[in-house]
Amino acid sequence: MTQQLLKIRGLKIEGKSDEVWKPIVNGIDLDLKKGEVLGLIGESGAGKSTVGLATMGFTRDGCRISGGTVDFDGVDLVTASAAVKRNMLGKRIAYVAQSAAASFNPAHRLIDQHTEAPTQHRLRPKAESELDGMGLYHRLRLPDPDHIGFRYPHQVSGGQLQRAMTAMAMSCRPDLIIFDEPTTALDVTTQIEVLAAIRDIVEQFDTAAIYITHDLAVVAQMADRIKVLLRGDEVEEAETRAMLLAPREDYTKSLWAVRSFQRPAKPAVSTGVTPIVSLKNVSAAYGKSPVLFDVAFDIHAGRTVAVVGESGSGKSTTARCITGLLPPSQGHIEFNGEALPLDYRKRSKDQLRQVQMIYQMADTALNPRSSIGDIIGRPVQFYSGLTGSAKRKRVEELLAQIELEPEQYIDRLPSELSGGQKQRIGIARALAAEPQFIICDEVTSALDQLVAEGILKLLAQLQDDLGLSYMFITHDLATVRAISDEVVVMKDGRVVEQGPKAEMFQPPHHPYTDLLLSSVPEMDPDWLTNLLNGRGVDNIGDAAVGKM
Amino acid sequence: MSWLMNLIFLLIVAAVVAWVFRFAGQKITGNKPFFRDMPFAVAFGYVVGLLVLIGAVSYYFRPVEVNGVPAAGVIFFRWAVQGFIGFAIAAYLFRLFGRTVGTSGTRKLFRAMPLTAAFGVLVILIYALVSIFAGSIAPYGQEEIFANANIVPGGNPMMGGDPNFPLGTDQIGRDIYSRLIYGAQNTVGIAFATTCLAFFVGGSLGFLAAIVGGWLDQILSRAVDVLMAIPALIFALLLMTIASVWSNQLGIDRTIFMILIIAMIDSTRVYRLARAVGQNIVVMDYIEAAKLRGEGMGYLIFKEILPNATAPLLAEFGLRFCFVFLTIASLSFLGVGIQPPLADWGTMVKDLSQFINFAAFAPNVATAPLLAAGAIALLTVAVNFVVDWMLHKSSGLKD
Repeated sequence: MTQQLLKIRGLKIEGKSDEVWKPIVNGIDLDLKKGEVLGLIGESGAGKSTVGLATMGFTRDGCRISGGTVDFDGVDLVTASAAVKRNMLGKRIAYVAQSAAASFNPAHRLIDQHTEAPTQHRLRPKAESELDGMGLYHRLRLPDPDHIGFRYPHQVSGGQLQRAMTAMAMSCRPDLIIFDEPTTALDVTTQIEVLAAIRDIVEQFDTAAIYITHDLAVVAQMADRIKVLLRGDEVEEAETRAMLLAPREDYTKSLWAVRSFQRPAKPAVSTGVTPIVSLKNVSAAYGKSPVLFDVAFDIHAGRTVAVVGESGSGKSTTARCITGLLPPSQGHIEFNGEALPLDYRKRSKDQLRQVQMIYQMADTALNPRSSIGDIIGRPVQFYSGLTGSAKRKRVEELLAQIELEPEQYIDRLPSELSGGQKQRIGIARALAAEPQFIICDEVTSALDQLVAEGILKLLAQLQDDLGLSYMFITHDLATVRAISDEVVVMKDGRVVEQGPKAEMFQPPHHPYTDLLLSSVPEMDPDWLTNLLNGRGVDNIGDAAVGKM
Repeated sequence: MSWLMNLIFLLIVAAVVAWVFRFAGQKITGNKPFFRDMPFAVAFGYVVGLLVLIGAVSYYFRPVEVNGVPAAGVIFFRWAVQGFIGFAIAAYLFRLFGRTVGTSGTRKLFRAMPLTAAFGVLVILIYALVSIFAGSIAPYGQEEIFANANIVPGGNPMMGGDPNFPLGTDQIGRDIYSRLIYGAQNTVGIAFATTCLAFFVGGSLGFLAAIVGGWLDQILSRAVDVLMAIPALIFALLLMTIASVWSNQLGIDRTIFMILIIAMIDSTRVYRLARAVGQNIVVMDYIEAAKLRGEGMGYLIFKEILPNATAPLLAEFGLRFCFVFLTIASLSFLGVGIQPPLADWGTMVKDLSQFINFAAFAPNVATAPLLAAGAIALLTVAVNFVVDWMLHKSSGLKD
């Protein structure tokens, strides 16, 4: 009854770098039965996506399958001819990419792209495919399913686009769909809708799926079995529940333990103390369109304020107001009780020094053509006037502070570092100015969980050592739980709710805070089911319509 | 129309051969992926390529003389093939030399260098050496006039040559070989100075517009649009005419005006590129970090933006250099560029251009103007090869 669909044996994949073939995946075995969902997890560089693509007998440019077999329903896709694969891909195996926005052709309507595969494979005429597409849109609970297909990709939201892409993958009723991090780029509230939609449709059509992600909580909801990869090797594989309860390998255990990091709570701030940074009814606008309304909160010395909200809620704009990149249209910002000039160009060197920033994307935050020594050395020289060996000594101190070996890293370029190391350099650059206050803008959201945990621990350590204050912008509530002292919840440019962390994670909440909190996936495999039952499935659909 | 019929017939034959080729390949190799997944168009391409190669080889070995009349086409084709192979061998040896001699850094550079780039570097190196040491390499002065005008290149007295003047003399009796060498100095030197000036002006203004934005960007960009709307060569001609009056009045060399005018016209193109590249860089977070640190405009342009814009700017420099070089040659050809008696390749082509008419029956005579034209073409090709390589290298570094 349950018959074997996919059988991968000893799959080896190599990538070319510096004219030499280097192994990326060293011999993976993988089995998948009809209608089964396999979760593939691991940190970046583990070879998850590469294995996912190889399942279709395909590799990215500069890669090649150097060994093993990919047996899909009796056909070895590694050695199959282009014609055989052409007939198979899209029709029997479909692929859902991480960024739907980048994967849709912006010049064609959704429905035209939807009908392309069935028409190409001569499964059914275009008109019939269109009707079928509308049906799928309906099942995926897209708002206005009869007409949304006639929009262009830029006219629908990210979550809707991701669901439209899932519908597109379903258009030929394939036996296998590969989901490559389909919700990673989405907000928690949107993620729920997409997860629920994907899970439903996979169940309805009894489709087998490989679900690639680095988020354990997500994979726990989706997969029947989980396979953990590390640097191209399999670590372990088990049924979802079994693995969640009792991971066997140390690496898997460490992945599971990440979410438990939590720093001890600090005593409440005594009243009457002047806060380090205080926003006084700040409103701001980009051109004529207002984005912030009456934002007011305080950040006290040595404490962390987490600002949470989904994208577009005005978190980053608030940071731009504090740094002076976007002068507020109303209200002002006080630093240690003194009003800061609104425009950063009017601030003194010392005022600029006191407020530093750490960015989300370390790749764009570090000049790729400057050495680490120059990147950290410049603010040292600029603010304290140190040069020569004194400057070098200070840079080495800073590198030691962020737990990187100075001798080894000082002459490297950013491209020679890993993502977590780059983020550490970003921290060191902020520290080099010897500030009292640092804005951390989504500093961990581009990192793997283990690495992100290291960064959070480092930031907490630095706060204890140097008495720094942080404003921590994030949409990840696990991070909030881990590091914050106070929480500010923002929505549509307004502060919805604020208070100490302990209070914020206890009911009663503002309804929006409630929605945010309940949308964070938990490691419990029944979480999504329970949540949907609790909210009522229609509620999810309504939420989607509401997000139009 | 018979040639058209022949062509169609040839293509049909090629198509049939291609099909047979693919089919046989599949059978003989036991359906190897190379033949199995080969589209018909690719097989057709292989066959057509082979036909062209066979045609070229048979043309190469056709007799040089038919009934006492030289077959100029065959002669020129042979020269081209011989030059091509000669340069390829020279480039190969040069690369081999670079791989074995020098520091580990340069050896690594040469190891990763394609043959085309080695050829380009070699040619540029030769040009640079020739123009620097023109005075000691050239047998005669560039202005020296000899009694015998219009000596045919080749140095063979039977054909009207003279061993003293291996490349012959021009219409008023100046040694072409010496003038070619001095021409390198004048043409290449002036082109280099002009390109540098164009890049300094266009680059700084472009980056400034990218950083400051707003009205400054608007003013500069619209001014550049206006300048670019006027056809470059006609604009240069117009300005050179005005400049020639000024140079007489003010006593400033006309070459200075030419450098300024061409640099101004070309800096508009550089400005556009620098602004576009700069705009992509100024949105980066590290620029924001530097701004928030309180850094000045100079630091932003030269320390933060310029190092990240070198790859596209360098590539543009190579192309721009060729264009400037050709503009100077064209202006000289039209008579308003580098003034006689200074040797210049553009002027040399113009002065000897009527000899091209002799190509059909006296190939040797026709080479006289082609030598200078060839020198221009060779440098242009060489620079482009090097630029291609740099682009490839810089784009490879990015991912």
